[in-house]
Amino acid sequence: MIAELGHYALVLALALALVQATVPIWGARTRDLVLMRVADITAPAQFVFVAAAFAALTWAFVVSDFSVAAVVENSHSAKPLIFKISGVWGNHEGSMLLWVLILALFGALVALFGRALPPALKADTLAVQSWIAAAFYAFILVTSNPFARLPVPPAEGRDLNPLLQDLGLAIHPPLLYLGYVGFSIAFSFAMAALIEGRIDAAWARWVRPWTLLAWMFLTLGIAMGSYWAYYELGWGGWWFWDPVENASLMPWLAGTALLHSAVVMEKRNALKVWTVLLAILTFSLSLIGTFLVRSGVLTSVHAFATDPTRGVFILAILVFFIGGALALYAWRAPMLKQGGLFAPVSREGALVFNNLFLTTACATVFVGTLYPLALEALTGDKISVGAPFFNLTFGPLMLPLLLAMPFGPMLAWKRGDLLGVAQRLMVAAAIGLVGLAAAFAIDDHGPVLAPFGVGIALFVMIGAVLDLVERIGLGRVPFATALARARGLPRSMWGTAIAHFGVGVVLLGVVAETQWSKEQIVSLKPGETVSIRRYDFTFRGVAPRQGPNYTALVGQFDVSRKQEPLGRLEPAKRNFLARDMTTTEAALMTRGFSQLYLSLGDTHPDGSVAVRLYHKPLVLLIWLGAVVMVIGGAFSLSDRRLRVGAPKPARRGVAVQPAE
Amino acid sequence: MTRKKRRLLLVGIGLGVLALAVGLVLTALNDSIVFFNSPTDVVAQKVKPGARIRLGGLVRPGSIERGENLAVRFDVTDGNETVKVAYTGILPDLFREGQGVVCEGVIGAAGEFTADSVLAKHDENYMPKEVADALKRQGHWKDDYGKDSSP
Repeated sequence: MIAELGHYALVLALALALVQATVPIWGARTRDLVLMRVADITAPAQFVFVAAAFAALTWAFVVSDFSVAAVVENSHSAKPLIFKISGVWGNHEGSMLLWVLILALFGALVALFGRALPPALKADTLAVQSWIAAAFYAFILVTSNPFARLPVPPAEGRDLNPLLQDLGLAIHPPLLYLGYVGFSIAFSFAMAALIEGRIDAAWARWVRPWTLLAWMFLTLGIAMGSYWAYYELGWGGWWFWDPVENASLMPWLAGTALLHSAVVMEKRNALKVWTVLLAILTFSLSLIGTFLVRSGVLTSVHAFATDPTRGVFILAILVFFIGGALALYAWRAPMLKQGGLFAPVSREGALVFNNLFLTTACATVFVGTLYPLALEALTGDKISVGAPFFNLTFGPLMLPLLLAMPFGPMLAWKRGDLLGVAQRLMVAAAIGLVGLAAAFAIDDHGPVLAPFGVGIALFVMIGAVLDLVERIGLGRVPFATALARARGLPRSMWGTAIAHFGVGVVLLGVVAETQWSKEQIVSLKPGETVSIRRYDFTFRGVAPRQGPNYTALVGQFDVSRKQEPLGRLEPAKRNFLARDMTTTEAALMTRGFSQLYLSLGDTHPDGSVAVRLYHKPLVLLIWLGAVVMVIGGAFSLSDRRLRVGAPKPARRGVAVQPAE
Repeated sequence: MTRKKRRLLLVGIGLGVLALAVGLVLTALNDSIVFFNSPTDVVAQKVKPGARIRLGGLVRPGSIERGENLAVRFDVTDGNETVKVAYTGILPDLFREGQGVVCEGVIGAAGEFTADSVLAKHDENYMPKEVADALKRQGHWKDDYGKDSSP
């Protein structure tokens, strides 16, 4: 009964979406406020109905209702409650329901918090949002009904894919989707602007918080997924350039570019046409990502879903929205007036530079991800494009971006002084060089690139700090004054500095992990010891252990350093009974920002086990850096200028107005 | 600088970066892509010794031999032909006899394949797409392959 209610709620949401897709936009054309305001009611109502559908499915999972097909396929009565709940989106049907839930959530938020928006723009935006929603409700109802019943319910479910029974993957999809789908707002705003044929700096101010919010979630989601792959797949890798990962990286790159170009538009009323295009492209890439992941066209580490009919449906949605948006863009964009002038060397110029490299890097990822598909479709040749391709293309394109990053925020708007900024960055460059030399000194026969990577990372980090120091005049003015200035500095500037600092942190982690990781794969008998970078691992034996829905074989290793015991590591092999599937649970020991990583291989009849052992220096910085970037985003989001509907402050800033 | 000149400069720089990217992509595609082949392709010497490829097929039941120091040998078959594979390291959790695998590595002069990575299917419903296609092409596809071969 509850499953049927959920199904019905979803049908009602589709009906509401169809109303919202047509009435408000008609109202906007005829300047009829009553019709335009219909969206203010239907958008939250849609969310309520989709939430009800989602709750119904969650209920079916929690009580293990094995008459519902999705529950049978992906749940088991012995599964812990948290994984029963995460099982809701650990499968195709449920994850699409989560997708539309988040889409409806963002629509409702715009309806509720967008009071300051011009009514016509708001009506158009919500209408476009509803087109997307209607298409995806129809997709779910027609091809992937999560509430489908089985005529003969089995007594037990087939359990969730064991790899997905993990806390990291329980929260990864919701975060990722909040990011992916959040970009739909920027898309809808862009379409609304094109429909209205009018766009100004205020538009950028309305779009930016939504983009920023989506970007923060996407950043967290990608970092979370990467950490999950790192400890759950047992290879110690944190990024595989797998198509599914690329599918989330592409919208991230485009979204990052969009965040930056929207700044130019907001401050200088320039780059309008480009910003609108980026908004369209960012969400288009999210749609392509959804298509790649959900249609099963890829052979990939994460390809859990395969069904061609669904692929064709999503492809149709994709073609309609991307094609339609680009057609509308080609038709209406020339009507948008171009804004402010700027010299090539200026803040605007730096942001254009940023956009150029981010979008080009995004394009290379796009080519690397889709080229194998295209080649196979055209010639039948099967190839794989792996890490070497991306290292060769993505890496060199990131390099100029990273080097230019500290310059950007220091350049003045309109016309900047490159030489002056270079002088102000001397300290950062010097520290970077010292770091480079130190890295060389410590490790003189390691990879040559590593010390340079360390140098650049330090340059980026210190550059971000210097920007703040300069702005508040630390060291030049009395400390109390500097403190007052720091308090008066717009939050968005703190945000910029913190986020850029985070990029440096990520880079440092990536360089250290990829260049200085130490790996050993050995076979050990009980009592034997293996050493890696002065850490000694003594194998004590394996013991069986019983979990709720699996049996585990747990290896026991005592870790010590210079005879000083540090603790015990217990990597395991879990065998999930319902699917007869084994997963590897790596054991991690954190030492500062570095980690020791141990995973089990096969056990042999003579009592020996194969183990994979890593020392990964500074590896935690990769994810901590991402968190720092998100904190920067949060600072920026809390800037009063961006608070949706916040009136402009009468008096801007404090005594000192920083050079914006 | 006039608006036109400025735009020209911007477009110029943009094209420059694009050209750089295209160059990088083309060289990278030349150097770093890996073709997928079936055992039949390898035995028919469609692949030059020393070339890096991905070899896909089923692990022939009874062919797994374990040696010292995590060395392992097994046969990969597509039903028509069989290629011997040597690998040193830890095999994935889902590596089993009769199951689909994809090995990446190099063919030696003697026709033996030295793998440096072995990927197995990722759950019991999933067979690497290339493997499934190769088996279909050889006429050895059975509908129950990959469905649930464990008894």
